[in-house]
Amino acid sequence: MKLESKVPSGPLAEKWDKHRFDSKLVNPANKRKYTAIVVGTGLAGASAAASLAELGYNVKAFCFQDSARRAHSIGAQGGINAAKNYQNDGDSIWRLFYDTIKGGDFRSREANTYRLAQVSNNIIDQCVAQGIPFAREYGGLLANRSFGGAQVSRTFYARGQTGQQLLLGAYSALQRQIGLGKVQMFPRTEMLDLVLIDGHAKGIIVRDLATGKISRHAADAVVLGTGGYGRVFNLSTMGLGCNVTAAYRAYKRGAVFANPCFTQIHPTCIPHTGDYQSKLTLMSESLRNDGRIWVPKNKGDNRAPGDIPEDERDYYLERKYPSFGNLAPRDISSRSAKEACDDGRGVGPTKYGVYLDFSEAIGRLGEQAIREKYGNLFEMYKLITDENPYQVPMRIYPASHYTMGGLWVDYNLMSNIPGLHVIGEANFSDHGANRLGASALMQGLADGYFILPYTIADYFAQVGAQNVSTDRPEFDEVEQAVRNRIDKLLAVNGKRTVESFHKELGLIMWEKAGLARNKKGLTEAVEQIASLREEFWQDVRVLGDNDEMNQVLERAGRVADFLEFAEMFCYDALNREESCGAHFREEHQTEEGEALRNDKKFAYVAAWEYKGDGVKPELHKEELKFENVELTTRSYK
Amino acid sequence: MNFTLHVWRQKNARDKGRLETYQANDISEDMSILEMLDVVNENLVENGVEPIHFDHDCREGICGACSLVINGIPHGGKKGCTTCELRMRNFKDGDTITIEPFRAKAFPVIRDLTVDRSSMDRVMQAGGFVSVNTGGTPDANALPIHKDTADKAMDSAACIGCGACVAACPNASAMLFVAAKVSHLAVLPQGEVEREQRVRKMVAQMDIEGFGNCTNIYECQAVCPKEISVKNIAKMNREFMRALAK
Repeated sequence: MKLESKVPSGPLAEKWDKHRFDSKLVNPANKRKYTAIVVGTGLAGASAAASLAELGYNVKAFCFQDSARRAHSIGAQGGINAAKNYQNDGDSIWRLFYDTIKGGDFRSREANTYRLAQVSNNIIDQCVAQGIPFAREYGGLLANRSFGGAQVSRTFYARGQTGQQLLLGAYSALQRQIGLGKVQMFPRTEMLDLVLIDGHAKGIIVRDLATGKISRHAADAVVLGTGGYGRVFNLSTMGLGCNVTAAYRAYKRGAVFANPCFTQIHPTCIPHTGDYQSKLTLMSESLRNDGRIWVPKNKGDNRAPGDIPEDERDYYLERKYPSFGNLAPRDISSRSAKEACDDGRGVGPTKYGVYLDFSEAIGRLGEQAIREKYGNLFEMYKLITDENPYQVPMRIYPASHYTMGGLWVDYNLMSNIPGLHVIGEANFSDHGANRLGASALMQGLADGYFILPYTIADYFAQVGAQNVSTDRPEFDEVEQAVRNRIDKLLAVNGKRTVESFHKELGLIMWEKAGLARNKKGLTEAVEQIASLREEFWQDVRVLGDNDEMNQVLERAGRVADFLEFAEMFCYDALNREESCGAHFREEHQTEEGEALRNDKKFAYVAAWEYKGDGVKPELHKEELKFENVELTTRSYK
Repeated sequence: MNFTLHVWRQKNARDKGRLETYQANDISEDMSILEMLDVVNENLVENGVEPIHFDHDCREGICGACSLVINGIPHGGKKGCTTCELRMRNFKDGDTITIEPFRAKAFPVIRDLTVDRSSMDRVMQAGGFVSVNTGGTPDANALPIHKDTADKAMDSAACIGCGACVAACPNASAMLFVAAKVSHLAVLPQGEVEREQRVRKMVAQMDIEGFGNCTNIYECQAVCPKEISVKNIAKMNREFMRALAK
């Protein structure tokens, strides 16, 4: 298989313009002859569904939540980047592009990342026009802040709930199109498989989660905006429903999966307190603008934080990375926290935590100023931990948060299966090995509002409207496979709960494929996952029936997919014999413990092709060409 | 901590439903009420009983999915708190806790504690938006908006669409939910063009869905996890009268 990136020729800054001109268009009168299926209604899915409908296409939109407004994009707190340079501090499209590609440790596709920076400005214009109440200055213009390791203030925000406001903007655009009859919305409906006709993605099989009804949907193209797979670690900041099923089903139908081992572990989450947890709460990274991170210098120091004198504290990020300090990128910050805890210097009841201390900022700016900036976050922290962060330092610890890997797509956001488009976190293309703060919202909306609506037209125009019928034998076959799998899950009738399998899988992944990885651990993980999967199919207990709401059955299907997906993940981590971004292989580090990248051997996208159950997937490589940036060592010292 | 739970069990919309009693033992005070239900559900499944079904997703108070009435109060009565954020330390060891679904004509029960809130989506479809298509919008800073105005809009826009206001209201009115959206867009210049038709259409749809009227009980404001003020309802009423006069 040859993976064609289809990146247009010409200077970087002109590629997208040129490509749009070279792409075919669909005549306005003909658009109503085409139907697109959009799965997922987060930032990417909702914005794509609304924009396609506005253009005149028919859209069928699906989400597993009870309303499109509940997709987990809603949980994003901090903000959204754009290269507006409103602050006159030296920002530009080129700088946003460069920061993003460097932040991703030079493992993303140059042309995609540049295009992301280009359309970032349109997103802010769009969102303001929708009435999104971004933070403003007293003069009435938009406020910005610096975020997650950026040296310019380019982040737009709406208090501590930017994701919510942006999602509700996209949701409202989607609701408008539903009201106008251009989008048919299917909430509480989960995609369980993809249907190919003559090699093209032309439909999906879904299950109505309220009734259990299995049904078929046909279209001229299928768009997946189904988010990330961070729940493979079980404990994560993602919503409990987030899953890999739609993407993994597409993989099993032939779509290749790129860089699954590139997963982001976010440094500022509330530490876990017990085995009962399956969800961790993220505290916005913006807190690192004013909070100082530290642990005691001495191991096993059990004194209360206030009793530890200044000279017995280790502000390890400020010590190791003096120019970025507490704003060092997420991967570096997370790894440093784990190192400190593994060294026996962690804090809190479990000793897996580090302090995020605001006392210096409160002393300098006053409590009121801190309250204005972070009031809602401080309240959330207090609600969860029963501690007052104005008086005692917060405790934080890294947790799985975002997945840079995803289904492979070309410059048109189309996978190697013609007609199957993948947008937002579900694809792999823009963040490389590490995503910078406030870039996820940007990418979701860039794909949905400003990229897919153009590129999908080119596909439509090439293949023509086909008015596919769901009576075709291809639909019979896939629907039967879906039914068989559900019957099989219900028939096991074993002893262990679905949740217990998910927890065990999560533990294997966290220990052996989490913040730091090595060959021995990953090899063990592959074996452990395979035997856990075998046990699952022999001993899982799924009660109830298919023809009713059955939340155990829903979860069982998702965990079954994670149990297969996790293995591919480990193969990818094993294959990548280098450290880059969030992927840290212990065998590949400098004497100071920093990541050691290997551009000669690994400047490629690793895309995995399904070869059968229990068989190692086949690796395909897309070489990454850097024509405009020099591959430097990422240094934040 | 140990608790006795009375939980609403209802197999489907046709089933009459009843309260069942379960024990929740060895519960940590750091658990949320949903994490406690997770523990109870694990035990139920191990004992061959189908687990308690409830809606939830983000578990950090922003998605609006969780929807339990706890001891008679939607989200349990802790100020500014959703069900998923409510920790067990807010209860006393040995307490009896009654858990029911949000109840309203416009929120039919699907199973146990899950209800169908698509009526709220349909109210949004009637007018909860600014009619701008993607692209062709002016530069974001071309339209200065007073900081106080933006803050006020944000106060209203913070609504998470959970429906607790409806569940708490003796009339099952959705006025606070609808008013939050109407106010958010009515105070901003972007919402100005469609100001009248938005409020007319959303109120009409609210009536079609079977939500009741507002009789100034203010239970909605008391239970709202985002502490949205009833002043929004006053604002919507003014908007509605204004639209009628036009």
